[in-house]
Amino acid sequence: MENTNEMTIIFDSRPTNEALARVAVASFCTQLNPTLEEVSDLKTAVSEAVTNCIIHGYEGEVHKIQVDCRLSGQELTVDVIDHGVGIADIQKAMEPMFTTKPDKDRSGMGFTFMEAFMDEVLVESEVGRGTTVHMKKIIRR
Amino acid sequence: MAAGFERSGTVLTVHLPTELDHPVSDEIRRESDRIIGHEYIKNMIFDFSETVFMDSSGIGLLMGRYRALGMRGKCVQVMNVNSHIAKLLRLSGVGRYIDICKTQEAAEEQEGVYHGKHK
Repeated sequence: MENTNEMTIIFDSRPTNEALARVAVASFCTQLNPTLEEVSDLKTAVSEAVTNCIIHGYEGEVHKIQVDCRLSGQELTVDVIDHGVGIADIQKAMEPMFTTKPDKDRSGMGFTFMEAFMDEVLVESEVGRGTTVHMKKIIRR
Repeated sequence: MAAGFERSGTVLTVHLPTELDHPVSDEIRRESDRIIGHEYIKNMIFDFSETVFMDSSGIGLLMGRYRALGMRGKCVQVMNVNSHIAKLLRLSGVGRYIDICKTQEAAEEQEGVYHGKHK
């Protein structure tokens, strides 16, 4: 059996917890000996996904966000789950520079960064039920 | 660590903290818009020398200030970015609007706020 390890964290959708989430995932991943660049990339991707839950999923209301992490061999998977408003048009939401909140200085680059920094990004969403962002990264060592 | 704001003539320099994420960007946006509302600011310089982490919130902050200052060429400059932040700037394409300088001197020289120390 390959080395596996799992972690689940659940926290309130408060902006201050964005740092908690990205640091927790980065710490969890250190057992794979990632490079500094891989850690920075991972932290940015997690920060994007969690920020989306807070700003868009729950629209500023405080509810729970769940982050599931799993290591298998050199592969890290991260699922970021909210039970918020959901995304009607996922393809549109993932377009670079597209944002529903330009007035709040959102750049519309969140999903673009997730896709740039992770090896795989899949989004499942149902309007009124919530969103799961599934990400995978191979730590190449 | 909180951001530091420094005004010199019509130039507002923001010394950014170690992490530039969503809550930090919101705070810097509020304070810089308050200063822009009170003082005549033509240019902003964002100093990343202490900054090791950024996400797309930082891109939104830079582009928002570019709009707030009238979208003129070089009205927003960034300096002392590490390789991770340089990568985010490149990927987001903001380099078309925002000037990326290596050092404070280069940024100031372009702004002409060198207080007669040269030439």
